[in-house]
Amino acid sequence: MFALLRRRLRQRLATSGYPAVRESLPEGARGLPAFEATRCDLNGACAAVCPTGAITVSTRMALDLGACVACGRCAEVCVPGALTIAREPAAPERSRAALVIPLTVLAAPDPRAAALAARARAVLGRSLHVRHLDAGSCNGCDWEINATTNAVHDLQRFGIDFVASPRHADVLLVTGTMTRNLELAARRTYDAMGDPRLVVAVGACAVSGAPYPAGYASGEGAASALPVDVFVPGCPPRPQAIIDGLLLAMGRLETRAER
Amino acid sequence: MSGALGHVATVLPEHRASWDAAARTVRVEVPGPALPDACGAVRAGLDAPLTVMTATDDRGLGRGYGLAYVFSLDAADAFVSIEARLDPEHPSFPSVTPRVPAAHWYEREAKDLLGLDPQGHPDPRRLVLHEDWPRGLHPLRKDFDPRQRPPRAPHAEGPITGVRGEGVMEIPVGPIHAGIIEPGHFRFGAVGELVLQLEARLFYTHRGIEKAAEGASLERALFLAERICGVCSLSNAVAFCQAVEALAGAMPSRRALLVRSTLLELERLYNHVGDIANLCAGASLQLGVYQGGVLRERLQELCERVAGHRYLFGVAWPGGVRRDLDAAGRADLRATLAGVEGDLRGLVAALFDTESFVERITGTGVLTPEVARTLGAVGVTARASGVSRDTRRIHPYAAYDPARIAPVVRTEGDVRARLLVRADEATASFALVRDFLGELDATPPGALVTALGPLPAERSALGIVESPRGEDVHHVVTGRDGALHRYRVRSASYNWAVVPFAVPGSMVPDFPLINKSFELCYACLDR
Repeated sequence: MFALLRRRLRQRLATSGYPAVRESLPEGARGLPAFEATRCDLNGACAAVCPTGAITVSTRMALDLGACVACGRCAEVCVPGALTIAREPAAPERSRAALVIPLTVLAAPDPRAAALAARARAVLGRSLHVRHLDAGSCNGCDWEINATTNAVHDLQRFGIDFVASPRHADVLLVTGTMTRNLELAARRTYDAMGDPRLVVAVGACAVSGAPYPAGYASGEGAASALPVDVFVPGCPPRPQAIIDGLLLAMGRLETRAER
Repeated sequence: MSGALGHVATVLPEHRASWDAAARTVRVEVPGPALPDACGAVRAGLDAPLTVMTATDDRGLGRGYGLAYVFSLDAADAFVSIEARLDPEHPSFPSVTPRVPAAHWYEREAKDLLGLDPQGHPDPRRLVLHEDWPRGLHPLRKDFDPRQRPPRAPHAEGPITGVRGEGVMEIPVGPIHAGIIEPGHFRFGAVGELVLQLEARLFYTHRGIEKAAEGASLERALFLAERICGVCSLSNAVAFCQAVEALAGAMPSRRALLVRSTLLELERLYNHVGDIANLCAGASLQLGVYQGGVLRERLQELCERVAGHRYLFGVAWPGGVRRDLDAAGRADLRATLAGVEGDLRGLVAALFDTESFVERITGTGVLTPEVARTLGAVGVTARASGVSRDTRRIHPYAAYDPARIAPVVRTEGDVRARLLVRADEATASFALVRDFLGELDATPPGALVTALGPLPAERSALGIVESPRGEDVHHVVTGRDGALHRYRVRSASYNWAVVPFAVPGSMVPDFPLINKSFELCYACLDR
């Protein structure tokens, strides 16, 4: 017992500098794509290799970040170099449509960082209680959600915490495609929450069902059965992106369009 | 090869056997009614554990339905596959389970998903499909359109048998659990706090991955294989690649195999460290949870730096790997793992210095060696209950040298044993990574992907990887033109079948601790 305590007292603080310090992905990390419109020649190789059909190329190129599983194939086959892997984690959005990126929005730099830090600092102290629900995921997102509670990410310092019952929850944090076998339990969980209640969909398969084809077993994401307020893209999104999604849900963050 | 054929001939003299070199498998075709005797003879006579059973719809190929019970000939690094054809008009067969109990879940899956009826199965309840799935519809049959969503048709039969008696309480838990965890339903029969019986209903995260892979390109199937489970992602992806490479007769370069092996051990490490931390949560030892959690986070960040993804998605590729471990990455691995190794050793020592924790984990959740062996448990679960099997030693793959894999075995079968097996395996993994990095240093840079060429038609092969939890078996069967005809995944989380045997006799509040000592993935099982 004391050995454990002694170990802890000798260790430094493990918590990351977020949100004052925004992380960027290490070199070579496989995040969601970034798109430089001026380089695109609409050759369509990206759309051909995309395993989830997230890219369409006709008179313009459109990329649905909600269906992107960050496999990186599009960037590998893009000869003109228009598609690369983004250095910043993708931002959560309030609507499904806002995740479908036309050229110009994706090309613009993300000025959210400073605004995000200011807002997070200003509202520390307010609380949010979260109920986690896995509606048929691979568990990658669930483990990243678990990581938000570890000493490095430390979700609780934002006044956010996980609860054991939907009765105690303000937000339902949903992963997975909304499988046939889980759907009834998901609906009952949402029904058991009191108002005001919010739903945050975490990860590509909760946002769109990708890469699992919808059908006899798998749904098209959390919105198949529940009203979703915030969509967090990624496969899986990193813990900081998940925290961003929760902050966005409680109005402690602004989307790009809102600024 | 001739050794394997000879061994099989001694126990099955009346059946014709042939050797499939690409799959290292002795194939024995038997009539349906002979299945129990043939399988029983192989299991008992050759002491060959059941590796996988795969059922296929081959009506389109003019061969009715197929059943293949694949057993492992450990000493020969080979397999024996007992195969039978079923008449499409009468798709039933005598259940092998009474002779080989490890076959129980495979036969229930075949019944649910293909409508093949195992006569005399001791527990023929639904497994994959829940009770509101209409009768007579079988999703893995070729004439079932995967996009259809049959209406819910509640039956009178409930899934859980339960236990009755004076003073017996039935406690239902889940599918949605209190913590951040995957879904599953558990029904306890308890008197006071003492658990008399536990039943589990799973497959809540069944996403239809096997069906989705049928007819898909290799690339698409790989992205599905990677996402069967987040924390076994690389193990599953490599197992799929190995099956496909065996079919194509292609071998990745030595460098690619070394990269695979290094990162597979990194996957084992972040899982074992994280599982040790989570185990502390089952005993409410928060200091252990948080200190272990920081170590796991450091390993996940290491995964992202050297492999591009915190869960090692996007590394494996049919024929090799998509990225290299360059000098900077190797240096990062050495430095980071050296720090984690020391910290993990200190953490485990501190945990065992905590009497209350040691008392909780000792003698709790005992899985007897007999149950582990009889029901075909694998991996950490099996090795903590006296079953000394490790795919890296028995069916070596990638760059593993079986002589370098020492058995890590305990016989107590309790929570403490499973924790110590993980700690000892982690220690061994740090050494294995150093070995692989040393060889990578000396290997000149070269091709990372070997071109595969087309797959042969109507052949099958296994790809098996020892994931952090145990052997993940990927069975790939090609159809006409070498297309993907059947993709059957049997992950280590088939161990869920033995978990209910470890709980009776413990108290209800011990269940989270026992469950976390197995730390099986629901997604890996459910697919």
